[in-house]
Amino acid sequence: MGSAPEAAPRSSTHRNPLVRWLDERFGWEDLLAPLRHKTVPVHKLSYWYFLGGITLFLFIIQVLTGILLLLYYRASANEAFESVQYIMTQVQFGWLVRSIHSWSANLMIFTAFAHMFSVLFLRAYTKPRELTWLTGMVLLFLALGFGFSGYLLPWNTLAFFATKVGTEIPGQIPVIGKPLLIFLRGGEEVTGATLTRFFGFHVALLPGITTLLIAAHILLIQRLGMSVPPSQEAAWKALPPSKREMPFFPNFFARELMAWYIALGVLGLLAALYPWELGSKADPFVPAPAGIRPEWYFVFMFQTLKLIPAKVGPIDGELLGILGFGVVGLIWVLLPFLGGDRYGRRQVFIRGLGVFALAYMLGMTVYGYLAK
Amino acid sequence: MQVLLGGGLLASAVSFLYPVWRYLVPPVATDLGGDSVVAAKVGELKANSGKIFRFGSRPGLLVRTADGEYRAMSAICTHLNCTVQYRSDVREVWCACHNGFYDLNGRNIAGPPPRPLESYAVHVNGDDVVVSRRRGT
Repeated sequence: MGSAPEAAPRSSTHRNPLVRWLDERFGWEDLLAPLRHKTVPVHKLSYWYFLGGITLFLFIIQVLTGILLLLYYRASANEAFESVQYIMTQVQFGWLVRSIHSWSANLMIFTAFAHMFSVLFLRAYTKPRELTWLTGMVLLFLALGFGFSGYLLPWNTLAFFATKVGTEIPGQIPVIGKPLLIFLRGGEEVTGATLTRFFGFHVALLPGITTLLIAAHILLIQRLGMSVPPSQEAAWKALPPSKREMPFFPNFFARELMAWYIALGVLGLLAALYPWELGSKADPFVPAPAGIRPEWYFVFMFQTLKLIPAKVGPIDGELLGILGFGVVGLIWVLLPFLGGDRYGRRQVFIRGLGVFALAYMLGMTVYGYLAK
Repeated sequence: MQVLLGGGLLASAVSFLYPVWRYLVPPVATDLGGDSVVAAKVGELKANSGKIFRFGSRPGLLVRTADGEYRAMSAICTHLNCTVQYRSDVREVWCACHNGFYDLNGRNIAGPPPRPLESYAVHVNGDDVVVSRRRGT
């Protein structure tokens, strides 16, 4: 068998010996070249560009603190609660690691939602960025999946009932609902089998898919460049010399790092001052406690389901609510394909829809917290 | 040739995926709870109170009404599966999750629950309050 021809040796003139070493072996400078040429538009709405990066940063924090939690956590109905209790009371700084994990999860979902709405209102989702929007929406759903599956892992009362309700919701879908419910729960009821399944989803399946999709999302952003809001685009077109940009590396990158540093500060402050509580151990044979509600990002749906009457015509109210959210979610995912041209009249309608959705989510969330 | 190749690839994909698909569906668990259970001891429940009892793998609700009568029903809300409780202040069965109400016969009377709770028969046998499934349900 003949050997493959040797690659021609490269020469590098870089000052840094390590970079020179890397450059001579696989062309380090070539790899960085696209980053050096990439620019970021500078305008009065530029700060919205930071949100995606902050979401990514919080995801990295999740992975790191998640790995630390895995060293002590045990995924079984008999041990899960006790192992989290052990992390919080016996392991040094265990309370802080868990608190950072929980707080960064919540902040990540917040920044992901904020990122999504900013992309919508700045019309960054339209052609040619349909796939960026699609991957982003799937990432948002995955983040919600992370939140939902991770919520059960301490095996406390609130998590137990949240999981009962949350898995019952897809169970209401006609035809596929029941098999889906059994798949999610690992049986008919929420038991230890559900906990081990959710653990598997949370630490293996979801991180794997998410990492791939984040890579695709970032690759698309690199390929397509940053979107400029239409109003700014028009202003720059009318007066080309007024167009301003900054290099991505190092100018924008340094600013992004500063944003991450601020996010880390906020996260540390929240985690230290308001440590995440554990509650009481789940017991399938106690009633749901008064005042029970899901995590804040599900409250708008929870409150809606509470308000829909038992029957709406011939249809069960809950089924109507669930199908309604499903249809709205699907329309939302497909917005770039339904909205038409970036400058078209439909965009006004979509902006109105976005404002309504945001107001509905905020209003229902506040109502959910105030209502009995 | 292409059909053969494609068919072969498809067959091997199916032979890999079918066991995975079956593996994902958990084996059916048998509920060995039986048709009746001792839900409480006589005198355990005061009038106008209730308790959750274990009926096989599922929770049931035993209520002693203000008149001292026993009522029993499934404790699983028909809306979205939460566990209900007896509210002595309104003398009704309440689901805290979505604010659903049932009367003491298990009938859904307010809020989102679409169906009544399954009601059980109760009889006192010596010291035991025995709850059993109604025949034909």
